[in-house]
Amino acid sequence: MASLTVSNIRKKFGNQEVLKGVSLSVKSGEFLVLVGPSGCGKSTLLNLIAGLETINSGEIRIDDQVVNDIRPKDRDIAMVFQSYALYPSMNVRKNLSFGLETRGVPKAQIEETIRHVAQILQISELLNRKPSQLSGGQRQRVAMGRALARDPAIFLFDEPLSNLDAKLRVEMRTEIKELHQRIKTTIVYVTHDQIEAMTLADRIAVMKDGFIHQFDTPQQLYDNPANLFVAGFIGSPAMNFIPCRLVNQGNQTGVMLENKAGRSFFMPVEQHDLDVKKWLDQEVILGIRPERIASGFYEQEGNPMIHEIECIVEVLEPTGPDTLVFVIINDSKVTCRVSPHAVKAPGESMKLMIDMSKALLFDPGTGQRIENQTAGSTGCT
Amino acid sequence: MRDKTAALAGTSDPATLIGRIIVYFVLIVAAVFFLIPFFVMIMTSIKSMNDIRTGYLISLPREITIEAWVKAWDSACTGINCEGMKNYFWNSVRMVIPSVIISTLIGAVNGYIFSKWRFKGSETFFSFLLLGCFIPFQVILLPMSQTLGLIGLGQSIYGLIFVHIVYGLPFTTLFFRNYYVTIPDEIIKAAKIDGAGFFRIFRKVILPVSLPIFVVAIIWQTTQIWNDFLFGVAFSGSDSQPITVALNNLVNTSTGVKEYNVDMAAAIIAGLPTLFVYIVAGKYFLRGLVAGAVKG
Amino acid sequence: MDKSVNENTKSTLLKTGFFNRLETLLPKAVLFPTFAIAAIFIYGFIGWTTWISFTDSRLLPKYELAGFIQYITLFTKEPRWWVAVGNLFIFSILFISICIVIGLLLAIFLDQRIRGESFFRTIYLYPMALSFIVTGAAWRWILNPNLGLERLVQQLGFSEFTFRWLVDSHMAIYTIVIAAVWQSSGFVLALFLAGLRGIDPAIIKAAQVDGASLPRIYWRIIIPSLRPVFLSAVIILMHISIKSFDLVMVLTRGGPGYSTDMPATFMYAFSFNRGRLGFGAASAVIMFLAVMAIIIPYLYSELRGTRNER
Repeated sequence: MASLTVSNIRKKFGNQEVLKGVSLSVKSGEFLVLVGPSGCGKSTLLNLIAGLETINSGEIRIDDQVVNDIRPKDRDIAMVFQSYALYPSMNVRKNLSFGLETRGVPKAQIEETIRHVAQILQISELLNRKPSQLSGGQRQRVAMGRALARDPAIFLFDEPLSNLDAKLRVEMRTEIKELHQRIKTTIVYVTHDQIEAMTLADRIAVMKDGFIHQFDTPQQLYDNPANLFVAGFIGSPAMNFIPCRLVNQGNQTGVMLENKAGRSFFMPVEQHDLDVKKWLDQEVILGIRPERIASGFYEQEGNPMIHEIECIVEVLEPTGPDTLVFVIINDSKVTCRVSPHAVKAPGESMKLMIDMSKALLFDPGTGQRIENQTAGSTGCT
Repeated sequence: MRDKTAALAGTSDPATLIGRIIVYFVLIVAAVFFLIPFFVMIMTSIKSMNDIRTGYLISLPREITIEAWVKAWDSACTGINCEGMKNYFWNSVRMVIPSVIISTLIGAVNGYIFSKWRFKGSETFFSFLLLGCFIPFQVILLPMSQTLGLIGLGQSIYGLIFVHIVYGLPFTTLFFRNYYVTIPDEIIKAAKIDGAGFFRIFRKVILPVSLPIFVVAIIWQTTQIWNDFLFGVAFSGSDSQPITVALNNLVNTSTGVKEYNVDMAAAIIAGLPTLFVYIVAGKYFLRGLVAGAVKG
Repeated sequence: MDKSVNENTKSTLLKTGFFNRLETLLPKAVLFPTFAIAAIFIYGFIGWTTWISFTDSRLLPKYELAGFIQYITLFTKEPRWWVAVGNLFIFSILFISICIVIGLLLAIFLDQRIRGESFFRTIYLYPMALSFIVTGAAWRWILNPNLGLERLVQQLGFSEFTFRWLVDSHMAIYTIVIAAVWQSSGFVLALFLAGLRGIDPAIIKAAQVDGASLPRIYWRIIIPSLRPVFLSAVIILMHISIKSFDLVMVLTRGGPGYSTDMPATFMYAFSFNRGRLGFGAASAVIMFLAVMAIIIPYLYSELRGTRNER
């Protein structure tokens, strides 16, 4: 167990700067997930933490020791790779013991460790097989076993589940979480899959273009995204973004939404920290999650922030528990999550309720959130 | 693949049948064309000269004699020497073995570096080395013969070994590099994290999976060096000639009576080792050929 | 943090710094001999030959520069050079086109789910394992003007038949083509077969669903998609042509006269038999430039391609 601190790291490949000043701190025993689209620099960051690449500037500390110039093998880390990276010529037992042998661990102790690890991961009966004789899930287990055998201070996972089929991926995800709860070692886990990130992480760092866009708990990321990118990246189906104008109507500030037929609806917004003067009569982007546009809400009664809008149904996508209804608002396509019983056929008009208390406003120029409903969220760019 | 051919050849209407007959016919005619020269060589080599003069090219021998083989091996005259092919055959063996081993081993380490330990400029260097696969060797003949003389390796088997190692390196490096590129880099990373260094990773992780490419490289180098003529004729002395040079001298000797049966026996002797390699390890031979040619 | 810990970290830092540097130096050190070899024996020697080609070297190399005199002689005063160049053109055009036609045809035929495919393939390819010297020796005998093919046909009843290409200065070059085609077309077949096996069967199914006939599928879809293989084959065969030396030496020794001379044999004859080093070097440089003009663009596109893949 160890803490990890990454301060203002920069990394260039040739002329291309892949990491443009990244800072993170992971508490001992914490499960951190780095998530972002491909090419965002998350794998590079992991390789830097592992010591497989050298940083151009900045500092990496494991506990209190600066490890910038320390070789991978001396950093007390272990890594699980996307391709599993099992040594093809060695059987499972040798794969698990290779790192220990290199370190000069006594034979008896290696035996004991392997037995223990194999038992935890239920790969005891595979120990004499070669990697080529294993299924994808089994290889995944062996790769984790190899890391586990080393009993490192920090585990690094580089998209470990991407090569598995969907069903197995969900199973292994749960197993990794169980494993973490059991061994309580610090984990840094890289994935491009936001669901994986949400389900596994204590905290998530959302990365794009070499920056960390937000570093927060999963729920905070979901409820209070710092900008359009994070808002769109986290959550599936993705948050709706509706361009609109901030106006005053009566004594309320709100946005105007227009359906396909040209009928306008006024939707008031909450204005805790909203600089109304600055944004009044300006274009903004309204962000609202699909489940906040529905046929109705349980807590609807007496909630002043729930408002009705009427739209033509364009397309339906039943998912089972809900049906996704696509409508057009302000010329953009909007997804709504509707109870299957309330759904109307395509082409028909339908009444929808919007829960504006969960609506967010973004600056169309910078993509940043306009209001900060909760002081705790940190948007660091 | 099966799908495609099945789709193309699956039906059984008369037109298709005729088509298939034509296909087989052409394939068999081609096979005959490719086989006849070798057939002629064998037939000629076991005929007596009298039989050759009175028979014709593809006729079977009236009586089989190994006289020509014995003479080709033991006492045929190549230029002024009349000791047959045997010394030259062993010259070639003594030349091939060390140059294949050394060039393959160096190539393996080089390929390992070029694929797994890249550094600034290594790709450029590799491209420049690669060009060495393509140069017409005429462009290095003169300096090389000067240099070999200078370092005392002129006219000797050691000189030939040296030359074959030097100009084999670009090929072996290319083979190993292209093979090692297919091993995921993550395995190297995993080994580094496991605490292994440059040589340990090579020995424990890379070498154990390198058998196929070693076979390819060894076969390629063996056939190339065994079959070489240019370096042999340019750099060898009269007692260090490889067998290709001796064979050329034999068939081009214009003094005395031309003994075609001896020529053919000698040619088969010269071709047998590489032919043997081809028949035993044809798959690897072809792989080397395609890899060495398409990319190098 | 107390002082002892601090010093401790410092010493590990120094140590690991050293190992780090060793780790990055080691590959370079191991690669150095190869680097030196390439620098001296490939590039240095090319430079050396080029230098000699600008001198008036005869039996022994001289190093005083004499300008373009060797090149001027080569291109204006030496008819034998032009014969060699002309032969190279005749040879390459015929050699390349015949190899490709035979190789492609056999590859397509072999790709029709043939019984004994590997048997046929083994036969077509075995000449590639032989030395050109062995091939040449065999064809020299087969094409022998007295006892070879000529007499075989005569004995079959065509008593007027003559076949004396090997000793006919106009026709001898074609005997080299025959032997070279015999040796190399199996290899071209292997290239094309590999290309055919790499074509996505779904494309062919799609064409069949569109109602295209088999020859049409081959002509319009399969053969055009083999374009990269054509390119590779042409480049490789061109390369073999320019370097061809062994076959000429054993089949005709460049004769009759110098009617089958090629640049490679020309270079050898002038450098090693006639003691005109500067002249030989100049012809070698021309050969080198010709090969580079073909290879570098090809290699460049190939390398760029593989880099993109990764």
